[in-house]
Amino acid sequence: MSNVTRRKLITTGLATAAGAAGLAAAARIADRYGLIPPEGARLYHPGETLTYASHRLLARQSAAREFARGQISKDPFPNHAPPDGDDYARLRAGGFAGWRIEVDGMVANPTSFSLADLRSFPSRSQITMLQCEEGWSFIAEWIGTPLSEILAAVGTLPQARYVDYYSIQPKWRQSIDMADALHPQTFLTYGMNGGELPEGHGAPVRLSLPRQLSYKSVKYITRLTLTDRITGYGGKGRYSWYAGI
Amino acid sequence: MADAVQPMMEAVAASRNAPRHSALVRVTHWITTLCVFALLVSGIQIVLSHPRFYWGEVGNVLTTPLFTLPVPSSRAAVPTGYGYVLSDQNGWSRSLHFQAAWVLVFTGIAYLISGLLRRHFSRNLVPTGADLRPRSLLEAAGGRLRSRKPDEAEAPRYNVLQRLAYLFVIFVLTPLAIWTGLAMSPALVSAFPFLVGAFGGQQSARTIHFVVSALIVLFVLVHTAMVCRAGFTSRMRAMITGRIASRSEP
Repeated sequence: MSNVTRRKLITTGLATAAGAAGLAAAARIADRYGLIPPEGARLYHPGETLTYASHRLLARQSAAREFARGQISKDPFPNHAPPDGDDYARLRAGGFAGWRIEVDGMVANPTSFSLADLRSFPSRSQITMLQCEEGWSFIAEWIGTPLSEILAAVGTLPQARYVDYYSIQPKWRQSIDMADALHPQTFLTYGMNGGELPEGHGAPVRLSLPRQLSYKSVKYITRLTLTDRITGYGGKGRYSWYAGI
Repeated sequence: MADAVQPMMEAVAASRNAPRHSALVRVTHWITTLCVFALLVSGIQIVLSHPRFYWGEVGNVLTTPLFTLPVPSSRAAVPTGYGYVLSDQNGWSRSLHFQAAWVLVFTGIAYLISGLLRRHFSRNLVPTGADLRPRSLLEAAGGRLRSRKPDEAEAPRYNVLQRLAYLFVIFVLTPLAIWTGLAMSPALVSAFPFLVGAFGGQQSARTIHFVVSALIVLFVLVHTAMVCRAGFTSRMRAMITGRIASRSEP
């Protein structure tokens, strides 16, 4: 009996050690290939990593569904009122002529773009779904500049792994990896449904990121920072960093 | 009668313990229990942020809902008829929901593979031809209705209604819950549009996800009630230790 117990103990011990070593090796390989997301809540990091890694393996390049013009929602729900701060009011009063988007961090040429600068880049439009984490959604046409154009203009350095983006509303700071930043459907959006971007939907500029839930499609963008790490991600209401779900 | 006879029965049974559930079935059962509980608690929190359901591709507070749950919401923008707004619990709820779903998927894969290899499904869950005759079905249903305790001879095997209920949950409801869950992922749908195409829209998938979850909760309630009726202690012992007190020799 004691022999069996000892044998069992040894095999179990070896299996555990092999499992732990395998897991550690897998984690290193996964990190190397960009399959581990920045940490939000430590308790839920395993699940978030599985989701992020499987999406990056299965859907790194895929394009979000685009819809027909007839499917555009008649009542796109803005969810929040425009910012009520003085800065926003002053910029709005000036027709957003003074709005600047700073691009800095790991770039060759840190640049500050005005709306006119942004519009001088090639304009694209796409009819995609905006899907809120709460469960509601709408379809709209979004008009803007692919973020990849801006990143090419400022010269992203090779060590950059994330784009950290800021809103005029401090709590809405978010970030994405380079796969999403360079994705052709990721826009700096300034138009909607054939017209200007309404204030409730993020005027003058919001991010469009149709492959993730809309809390990542931050409104009122003021700054983009290229970085190689995201630390202390708090997110809106501690929502998970990756929102492709 | 039970008071006097029970200790004696248990003494007899203790010497003739018969294995009831395999170790893998027991372990996966309890992991699944934990996951379903986590999914339910977090799922309720998620639904509370928008307790309205739609059909088709899109829906929001400006759209006519298919149905609305008569509950308050954790978002002020949702018209509920309640004068207050619940606190936002979506951060941890969503993370817990997906983490529990991952654990459930791995557990389910282990259960399915071992169930196929050890013929658990064909031996214990697929009803026999005789089981499916109308008379047998009626008898099994009648046994439930008369609240009869299963006798010792039939206790070691599942009756036909149990078999059908378990098969329905394992092979219809659970896959449908997972599929409709994946259909709500914008990233996965971008790579695999058929995930949502099969349901005719993302909001349809969300609504089906809710209905399927409600059916699973209904199953859990009935399942628990039946366990209590059949003998809570002995059934719990069977699912924890694998042993059940059994009087009759096979």
